[in-house]
Amino acid sequence: MWLIRLAWKNIWRNKSRSLITMAAIFFAVILSVVTSSLQDGVFDNLIKNMVSFYSGYMQVHKKGYWDEQILDNSFAASPKMEQETLSGKNITAVSPRLESFALASSVDITKGCLVVGISPEGENKITRLNEKIIAGNYLHEADNGVLLSDGLARRMQLKLYDTIVLIGQGYHGSTAAGKYRIQGILKFGSPELNDKALFMPLALAQDFYGAYNQLTSYVISLNENNLLKTTAEELRLKLGKEYEVMTWEEMMPEVAQHIRTDTASSKIIEAILYLLICFGIFGTLLMMMVERKFEMGMLVAIGMKKHKLAALLLLESIFTVVTGCLLGILVSMPVVIYLNRHPLRMSGDMANIYERFGFEAVFPASTEATHFITQGIIVLLIGFLLSLYPMARVIRLKPVNAMRR
Amino acid sequence: MQTVIDAHNVSKVYNPKTIPVYAVNNVHLHLQRGEFTALVGPSGSGKTTLLNLIGGLDKPDNGSIIINGVDITGLSANELIDFRLRNIGFVFQSFNLIPVLTAKENVEFIMQLQKTRRQERENRIKSLFRQIELEDKINVRPSQLSGGQQQRVAVARALASRPQFVLADEPTANLDSKSAANLLDIMTKLNKEENITFLFSTHDQRVIERARRVITLVDGQIANDTARVSTLHEVAGQAG
Ligand SMILES: Nc1ncnc2c1ncn2[C@@H]1O[C@H](COP(=O)(O)OP(=O)(O)O)[C@@H](O)[C@H]1O
Ligand SMILES: [Mg+2]
Repeated sequence: MWLIRLAWKNIWRNKSRSLITMAAIFFAVILSVVTSSLQDGVFDNLIKNMVSFYSGYMQVHKKGYWDEQILDNSFAASPKMEQETLSGKNITAVSPRLESFALASSVDITKGCLVVGISPEGENKITRLNEKIIAGNYLHEADNGVLLSDGLARRMQLKLYDTIVLIGQGYHGSTAAGKYRIQGILKFGSPELNDKALFMPLALAQDFYGAYNQLTSYVISLNENNLLKTTAEELRLKLGKEYEVMTWEEMMPEVAQHIRTDTASSKIIEAILYLLICFGIFGTLLMMMVERKFEMGMLVAIGMKKHKLAALLLLESIFTVVTGCLLGILVSMPVVIYLNRHPLRMSGDMANIYERFGFEAVFPASTEATHFITQGIIVLLIGFLLSLYPMARVIRLKPVNAMRR
Repeated sequence: MQTVIDAHNVSKVYNPKTIPVYAVNNVHLHLQRGEFTALVGPSGSGKTTLLNLIGGLDKPDNGSIIINGVDITGLSANELIDFRLRNIGFVFQSFNLIPVLTAKENVEFIMQLQKTRRQERENRIKSLFRQIELEDKINVRPSQLSGGQQQRVAVARALASRPQFVLADEPTANLDSKSAANLLDIMTKLNKEENITFLFSTHDQRVIERARRVITLVDGQIANDTARVSTLHEVAGQAG
């Protein structure tokens, strides 16, 4: 107890030095907590946007479908399997699709297009397809009409309520052909979708392709992207070898790679920040050791055990670091919460790019506790490691040498 | 009579491989309980080195040092720390005190190291501050004390652990003559009234005159060891 009191008093023997050390830790914690929360928020948002384009967080296919995306690699729809999938932890929605390519014709224009059979309601939960309608009406299960993407409509010079003819290869080599009324026009941010996609109710697509009760995929939406890998792994085990479960990271490796590089570069910046803090703290520790060398020699001379003296120094470091760290976390909490409630809004060119892709250029900071905990632990660890140095010096201290002037 | 220090054949050589310095050379020294002894000699004669050896702060290259029956040359560094805590009081030339602690806390510190119970600590602190005549400065930080007052607190701290003897290396070197005389008064009184054993080094003639035994070191060897029946000071006191 008296050792703790002495440690506390020792911190304040050189007020400005301790305050500078604490302030350095304080600002380092705030800076790193806020940046990592912001960055996580940006990526969360980016991922949410990316997966709600089209892919969902995960998809289930028949094994081999991803490498050879043909109708013959489809599987039989199974309400039981859908139910089982939906029951997985962290899974919020599951929606079936049957998709393949076909040729679309108007009077005298023919273009390739992606014909996607969907469950109108299920799809909404994952990609919010109905929000992309710019003309006409969204689909119902039993409708006979289709939704055409804006770019494709323009390329084919088709308007709402015109008729579109589709011809393609159906299931097991059959020929697929049909004539459909355009009941809605969709506008997508992604040029790829906007120039190619055509949506129709699942039953209509199965009829068109002659693939009755067949699906090419279940599209899955998650609650928590952090648990992406474990959720996928659990589902893989549940569904067995006949199916492949793919995460968005596997389906869109470029996006995943981009996030990884970006995270890595900000980790490096964080590391540099902490390295600077380390040097700062180490400098003050060195100064402290020089200043108190005689006194430490004197303390050992009169009978203070070295491990006790080392404990004193450790306590002093812990007090300094913990104070700075706690204050930093305390202050960064409202900052992060504020940045969550009042998200950063991107402006200028970047915002235009984002908005063109159908993203809202708004980035709420992530308020997850892990940011505070991780940064807190890192700083504590740094403080502890650095204080090992004076402790080691004390263990080797010889009072006669320390007290020589 | 009880022997508290029994140094035999003690030597300490610095730089044995390059230019050897025989800082302490073959010294024999016996000290009885209750002695009040000055270690004198010119600068560089080996006073500090000898006190460090006797105090267990340094190891001799030769000889044995028996304190209260224990040969401390055989103790490990860790055992020595504990031995010093329990048996030896130290007063250094300056900077004896921990600056962030009050006078009282500095004295209490050594008893906390000894794990003395609180009530006993309080009692001891009270009587010690009475003895060093600083009862009014008990809660004051060292920086607010004069040099002489600081040295008196250091004496109180040295005594707090109830050591076998007190070693003081030039305790008056940084003091003006009045403060030095005052410190010596208190040490003398403690020696007389409490039978505290003091061994202190000095090269101040007025301090030397107050000692009852004077050991003179020259080039690390004892050149003279004189016991006096009574000091001039005491004679003067008796006359008055
Ligand atoms: N650590 C050391 N290394 C080398 N020489 C030393 C060391 N300490 C003391 N000496 C030498 O030993 C001799 C005795 O020194 P010291 O005991 O300090 O004398 P005093 O206290 O009487 O002035 C001196 O010549 C001094 O230079
Ligand atoms: Mg000396």
